[in-house]
Amino acid sequence: MNQTVPTDTQLIRQFRAGEISALEDLVYRYEDQVYNLAYRMLRNREDAEDVLQDTFLSVIRALDKFKGKSSFSTWIYRIATNAALTKLRQRSRKLKTEGEFLDEIYSVHKQAHAGATMIDWAANPIESVLNEEARQVMEEAIAELPENYRVVFVLRDVEGLPASDVAEVLDLSVPAVKSRLHRARLFLRNRLSRYYEEGA
Amino acid sequence: MDCGEIFEGLSEYLDDDLPEEICREIRRHLDDCHNCQVVVNTLKRTVYLYHTFPREEIPGETRKRLHKIIRMETEAESG
Repeated sequence: MNQTVPTDTQLIRQFRAGEISALEDLVYRYEDQVYNLAYRMLRNREDAEDVLQDTFLSVIRALDKFKGKSSFSTWIYRIATNAALTKLRQRSRKLKTEGEFLDEIYSVHKQAHAGATMIDWAANPIESVLNEEARQVMEEAIAELPENYRVVFVLRDVEGLPASDVAEVLDLSVPAVKSRLHRARLFLRNRLSRYYEEGA
Repeated sequence: MDCGEIFEGLSEYLDDDLPEEICREIRRHLDDCHNCQVVVNTLKRTVYLYHTFPREEIPGETRKRLHKIIRMETEAESG
């Protein structure tokens, strides 16, 4: 028997018609993405669990209002992102200011201009650079990104959403997404460079 | 193109988001500029490393709790 997988829209229709299991199917479809996004944004399992629950409770309560103007996937990412940002803002930990962040990014540009010879750690084989300690450095580096940059980086480079979808989720223009993404990548590159150069 | 202009466009260059003419200019610059070449290589490697970052799995208990809450909520919603 050839059984086709129902689309999100079909599942929503089934749920609205009273089929509770259709909602569970939607949750199974998106729960991993929501949890991973929340964990990468917050780096804390309890907080990620709260975001996971808040997201799906919001989805259930607002599903009647979902008109399908954007895709269900974009809609759920928007709800999850807002829940993660709310959680992040509840924390008292002081994040870098925009100025400190930009200074750090552009220090590499100044370094290159000052004539320093930069080390190409990318020339090392991948297995020699990717160890547990490096993963720790990578996680800590994401946590240092200011929230506006972190959210763009996680959606685009960790979740793999196209820039146009990230723009829709965050209500930003595509050029704004690309600019934030570039700065976030440069910051993370600097952090990794510092780690690999110290170990060189 | 100077190093500053190259620096601003590197992510779009790596994402194949720039017109071919600009890419050609960037490649020309990279041939003669060691430091910009290093920034490109290490930026590319950074993006790759994060792409391969293991996904965080939902702990089994968390998944169970979520589905229990959802069942309770949908039952409450449907009265």
